[in-house]
Amino acid sequence: MSERWQGKRWWLLGCGMFLLILIFFISVGTGNASISPIQVIRTLFGNGSAADQFILYDLRLPRILVVILAGASLAISGGILQSITRNPLADPGILGINSGAALMVVLILVVSNTQPLAFAYYLPIVALIGGLGSAFLIYLLAVKAGEGVSPLKMVLIGIGIASAGSGGSYIFASTLHRNQYDFFAKWMAGNIWGDDWPFVWALLPWVLILIPATLWRANKMNILQLHEQVSIGLGLAVERERRILTLFAAALASAAISVTGVISFLGLIAPHIARRLAGPRHQSFLPLTAILGSSILLLADTIGRVAVEPDGIPTGIVLALIGAPYFMYLLRKN
Amino acid sequence: MVSMETNKRARGLVVLLISSVLLLLSFVFSISVGAANIDFTTVWKTIFQFGSPSDEVRSIIMEVRLPRQIAAILVGAALAVGGAIMQGITRNPLAEPGLLGLNAGAGFALALIFTFIPAVGYLGKMGAAFVGAAFGAILVYRLGSVRVNASPVRLILTGAIVHFFLLALAEGTAILFRISQDISFWYIGRITGVNWVQIEYIAPVVLLGIFIALIYSRHLTILSLNEEVAKGLGQDTTVTKIILMGVVLMLAGVSVAVAGMITFVGLVIPHMVRYLVGVDYRWVIPCSAFLGSLFMIIADTIGRIISAPYETPVGAIISLIGVPYFIFLARRGSKTT
Repeated sequence: MSERWQGKRWWLLGCGMFLLILIFFISVGTGNASISPIQVIRTLFGNGSAADQFILYDLRLPRILVVILAGASLAISGGILQSITRNPLADPGILGINSGAALMVVLILVVSNTQPLAFAYYLPIVALIGGLGSAFLIYLLAVKAGEGVSPLKMVLIGIGIASAGSGGSYIFASTLHRNQYDFFAKWMAGNIWGDDWPFVWALLPWVLILIPATLWRANKMNILQLHEQVSIGLGLAVERERRILTLFAAALASAAISVTGVISFLGLIAPHIARRLAGPRHQSFLPLTAILGSSILLLADTIGRVAVEPDGIPTGIVLALIGAPYFMYLLRKN
Repeated sequence: MVSMETNKRARGLVVLLISSVLLLLSFVFSISVGAANIDFTTVWKTIFQFGSPSDEVRSIIMEVRLPRQIAAILVGAALAVGGAIMQGITRNPLAEPGLLGLNAGAGFALALIFTFIPAVGYLGKMGAAFVGAAFGAILVYRLGSVRVNASPVRLILTGAIVHFFLLALAEGTAILFRISQDISFWYIGRITGVNWVQIEYIAPVVLLGIFIALIYSRHLTILSLNEEVAKGLGQDTTVTKIILMGVVLMLAGVSVAVAGMITFVGLVIPHMVRYLVGVDYRWVIPCSAFLGSLFMIIADTIGRIISAPYETPVGAIISLIGVPYFIFLARRGSKTT
C-alpha cells in the first residue's frame, strides 16, 4: 500500500508542477503587451528582443516570483496552523499576523509622514516585526504556566487580537493623508506592491530555509495531529514542537504578507485541497500544499492584473472571489 | 426563595435606575461637547424645556447632535439586546451578532444595494440589511454544523472566517464599481450623518424588537438554562427560537444600516448584566438595553474628542475596550469551552 501511495504522491506533485508551469506561462504572457510562450522561452534563454527582455525581466518576472514565493509561504503556514491547532478552519489570519503587520505599517506611515514609496525597502521589515510581534503576544496570552499552550485558546485570543489590531489601525489610519491612506487601503486589500527584484531576494531566504525545515518535521506533525495524550505517549516533546512550528508559521506568513499586503484565505484553501487530494500524511500533502498555494495565488494575481483597466483588482480580493465556490462546497459537505 | 426573588428584583431596579440616570447625564454631556462647545444648561433647556437659544446653537443641537445621539442610544440597545438573546438561545457565552457573521452579512447586502440600486429608500436598505444578516447567520450555522451544544470555539472561528469572507466580497464589489470610499465606513462602524428621517425608521424597529424580546423573556430564561426542561414545561422551543432569532436579525440589520459593523457590544454588555442581575432574562434584557445605550454614547463621545478635529470611528473605540474583555473570557477558558 505504501508503494501505491508513493506512486500517487509523485503523480500528484507532477500534476501540480505542470499546473504551476502552465499558469506561469499564461501569467508571463498576459498584460498590456502579450508575449507568446515560445517568445518567453526564447527570451529566458537570452535570445529575445530588447522589448521582450525588458518586459520579462524588469516587469513581469520579479512580480511572478514574489507571488510564487508568497503563495507557497502562506499555504504552508496555513497547513502548519491547521495541524497544530487540530482545526481545519485555522488560517494565518487567526494568529493576528495580518492585523499586527497592518498596525505597524500604519504607525510607520503616521510617524514618518512621507510618501509610502520613499521607504519601500524597509516597510517589509516593519511589517515582519508587527506580524511576529502579535503572534508572540498571542502565544504569551494563550500559554499557562505548567500546562503549556492550549490550541483552542490560541484560536480565540488570535481572533480577539486580530480585531483589536484592525481597530487600532483604523484609528491611526483616520489621521493619514489621502495618498497615504490609499496605499494603506490597497495594502489591506492584498494589492501586491513589492514587485521588484529586491523583494524577491528578501523573500527567498525565508522560503528556502523554513519550508524545507517544515517538511523535515513532517513526521512530528503527523504525531502532533493525534490526540494530545497519544502524542505525549509516543515520546514527542509536544510543547516544544508546537512552539517551533508556530514560529515557523508566523515567520512564513509575516514575510509573505510584508511584501504582498494582506492575503487571507490562501492559507485556508490550499492545505484543504492538498489534504483531500493527497491524504492526511504531512509528507504527502505539505509539498503539494506549497505548489497549490503558488498556483492559486499566481492565478488570482494574473486575473487581478488584467480584469479591470487600468489598475486591476487587488489580488486578495480576487482570491476571496475565487474562494466563494470552495466555501459553497464546504457548506454542501456539512 | 421569596427573599431571593425580591432581592433580584431590587438589584434589577437599582441597575435600571442608575444606568438611566447615567444615560441621561452622558446624553446631555455628549451633546454639549464638539467642535462648538455648548454649555450644559443650554443643552438641557433646549431639549427638555423647549428653551430658545440662538438659531445657530439650536440647529447644531436639534439637527446635528440630537439625532446622532438618539441613533447611538438605539444602536447600543439593539446590539446589546441582540447579543443577550443570542447567548441565551445558543447557550454559548461568546455568541454575538458581530462575531457570528450577522453584521458582515448585513454589510455585504448593503454593499450590493449601494452598487446596483443606489436610489433605494431607507426602508429598502434596512430590509436588505435584515436579509443579509440572515444570510450571514445561515452561513455560519451551516459551516459550523451547529448542534445544540456545539463547541463555542468552533462557532466563533467559523464566524470569523465567514466575517472576513463576506467582508472581502463586499470590498471586491466596492472596488469593482468604484464605491469603495462610500462604503468603507461600514467596515469599522461609525455613527455619522444621521438625520430625523432615519430615526423615524429605525426607532420603531428597535423598540418593537426589544418589546418582543421582553414578551418572550420568560421563555428565554428557561430555554437558556435547559432545553429539555423548557419542552417539559410545555414550551414550543422551535417557535420561541425562530421568533427570537428573527428579533436578533432585525436588531442587527438595523444597527448595521445605521452604524456599520460594530462588534463586542453584544458580548461585553450582557456579560456584565448577568453578573449584576443574574440569569433572569426579564431583567437581563431591559438592563442590557440601558447599559448598551450608555456604553455606545460614551464610546461615541470618546471617539469624537480623542483626536479632535478628526473623528475616530466608534467601532474602533469599542473594539479597544471589548477585546481585552474577550481575551479575559477566552483565557478563563474551560468554563466557556
